[in-house]
Amino acid sequence: MDFKPVFLWSDILLWALVAGCVVLALYCRRQDYLRRAWRRVGESGIAMSSAMVLAAFMAVGMLDSLHYQPRLPAQAGNPDVQYAPEVLSALDALLSGLRLNSEKTYSAPLALSSFAKEMMERDGTQVRDYPRLQFGGAHLSDPSRHAADLSLRASVGAAGGVAAWAVLVCVLSCALAWRGRCSPVRAARAMWRGGDGHAGGERPVAWRAALVTALLLCLLAGIAGGLASGYHVFGTDKVGQDVLYLSLKSVRTALLIGTLTTLVTLPLAVALGLMAGFRGGWWDDAIQYIYTVLNSIPGVLLIAAMVLMMQVIIDTHPEWFETAAERADARLLALCFILGLTSWTGLCRLLRAETLKLRELDYVQAARAFGVSDARIMARHILPNLMHIVLIALVMDFSGLVLSEAVLSYIGIGVDTTMNSFGTMINSARLELSREPVVWWSLAAAFVLMLTLVLAANLFADAVRDAFDPRFQWRARRISKRAAA
Amino acid sequence: MIAYIIRRLLYAIPILIGVNLITFLLFFVVNSPDDMARMQLGAKRVTAEAIEKWKAERGYDKPLVWNAGASGLAHATDTILFDKSVRMFVFDFGRADDGRDIALEIRSRMGPSLAIALPTFVLGLFVTVSFALLLVFFRNTALDVGGVVLCVAAMSISGLFYIIGGQYLVSKVWNLVPISGYSGGLDAAKFLILPVLISVIGGVGASARWYRTLFIEEINKDYVRTARAKGLSELAVLFRHVLKNAMIPILTGVVVVIPMLFMGSLLLESFFGIPGLGSYTIDAIGSQDFAVVRAMVFIGSVLYIVGLLLTDISYTLVDPRVRLN
Repeated sequence: MDFKPVFLWSDILLWALVAGCVVLALYCRRQDYLRRAWRRVGESGIAMSSAMVLAAFMAVGMLDSLHYQPRLPAQAGNPDVQYAPEVLSALDALLSGLRLNSEKTYSAPLALSSFAKEMMERDGTQVRDYPRLQFGGAHLSDPSRHAADLSLRASVGAAGGVAAWAVLVCVLSCALAWRGRCSPVRAARAMWRGGDGHAGGERPVAWRAALVTALLLCLLAGIAGGLASGYHVFGTDKVGQDVLYLSLKSVRTALLIGTLTTLVTLPLAVALGLMAGFRGGWWDDAIQYIYTVLNSIPGVLLIAAMVLMMQVIIDTHPEWFETAAERADARLLALCFILGLTSWTGLCRLLRAETLKLRELDYVQAARAFGVSDARIMARHILPNLMHIVLIALVMDFSGLVLSEAVLSYIGIGVDTTMNSFGTMINSARLELSREPVVWWSLAAAFVLMLTLVLAANLFADAVRDAFDPRFQWRARRISKRAAA
Repeated sequence: MIAYIIRRLLYAIPILIGVNLITFLLFFVVNSPDDMARMQLGAKRVTAEAIEKWKAERGYDKPLVWNAGASGLAHATDTILFDKSVRMFVFDFGRADDGRDIALEIRSRMGPSLAIALPTFVLGLFVTVSFALLLVFFRNTALDVGGVVLCVAAMSISGLFYIIGGQYLVSKVWNLVPISGYSGGLDAAKFLILPVLISVIGGVGASARWYRTLFIEEINKDYVRTARAKGLSELAVLFRHVLKNAMIPILTGVVVVIPMLFMGSLLLESFFGIPGLGSYTIDAIGSQDFAVVRAMVFIGSVLYIVGLLLTDISYTLVDPRVRLN
């Protein structure tokens, strides 16, 4: 084999989470009320657009979660197969052009020459000038053709993007046609006009918004890809790495923090909230005491204290980790665990209150009268009626977690410094603004990608909230959490 | 009322004990003092004597919870639990790694923290409420929609960008105020104006959107229709009726943070070099000064509990329906 697959813990958990979401989606299809609620999400154009953007980010993150070690070229006299010590991902393989073509130091986006002057020899004399880049625009022998080359590459890339979009539209309309039992052309037309091929009294799914967003994304990706074939689209950073590559790698970290944290939050909040609300008595007192205590410690400080302790553990046990990637991965998981430990209290309080209400309802009383066991009542009659709260809370927490990752990494209690993340990018780019002339591109790249991701997550979360539970005041909870931070 | 306050203060004791226990577990049980010494000293200089010296300097060389070597009451008092945790209840935090008294340091740093947090709080509340009222006054118009879009966009931007961008624009490009620093007295204003403005702008999006929902909810109620039917102007309805009634949920979120203002802001203070409690905490985290972090955790919890109490009391002041019992 040319490579050896490497399974990092975070990869396994992320893929398990994706599988879990698929199973949940299949379950939702069978349950009428859940299907309806999701359909209401689909009816909102904003929700469909932001779902598209989130899906694009998710695709990048998932590609970046397939890790492997490439095989080293066979050495003479050594029959053993050897693998490189560095752990790469499928995304690295796709973007190997960006990853390997690094420069010496800073260079501006799409530049031909370096950012700093250097001494060099020209026509036999020593001159001080901007040297040409090793990769960016190296194919151009005549710098005056820079603009023409740029527009050529951008338009070829854009054409590729449109082609990819056309394929996507074809696949989608075929799928809808198969489901609605009509011709693909009709399905495509219905999709654009706002009927989805099998209209039956429901409002149409907002396919048009989704398609326009997809077109925009394809165009942007195509143009960026076209330009990246010969230039550094977002420039390079201090050690000459391509900023576009760095920011794409950061997406995975943000997604992992936003999603894996729920793996810790969820069991704690659901189990404890249910027990406290349903059992009452000293169970309730004990659980309330635990979450009041945890809640009364300001979030950042508790996280800081826990991360400091985690650092001690990781530093005093170097033998646990074989590669640097494994150590960074363990640290990321520990961070998710810590964030989860400090953030379950809000959801737990909500679930307890709701359980208290549900416990007194007639159907639960009837189940009790029939002699159904407590565990069964909780699992069959109460838990399903709490699920919408859990779902809304999870979707709404995502954007906050992505933002807090950046802040924590900036303070120095976030992810490993060797790991790409928006926080580490901002942290290293922060002093670049005081250079003369200003190095703005790393910060701008991190800003644009983070804003897109968080904005899409916020808009999607609002749509989910409106579809599943429009009355409840979810924002109150988020604000008070933010104020505490 | 006084009986209620006393009872609430008594309730706070078990919570503070819990907080204390958590910090004790985190800082002394999860990692033994030996581990911490090993990490702080670095791999090269680790010898048994060096570890013992490090522990003795900080008073970590005692048994954790039970001193078998002592006699009488010292069984319990001559331990890390008593020395480091129980003493926190009387705000005795011991010394930081640089040898200074933590309690003294905290007291001297509270001033600068407040100097930045208090104006931020007051101005922020004023700006947010006025902005939300403005949106509500122009509800269902393009201005309202645009304002809400602006709010959502503003709350999707990381606080780091507000600070970095503001510092770059105002201090570097426009040269209006110094980039960072602090001085006592009235001179401080020129250092404080930018951080205050930045945190007000950074916080306005999320809160204004929430307040707007609260106001809109209130504006659809019957008493508002009655007020309009009486012939009151829209402005009078908004300020005299809607604002007054919507204050109750707003108070929940707002009063609880008032005591926390003493803690300062981690990010702002470290970016602007203000010698407050926030930058103290950041420095302690950076240099892994465990004693300081422990002290800040404890103080933060005390202030939070005070905030909760103040919230409940403020309820009775604004809402006559609420009785404390």
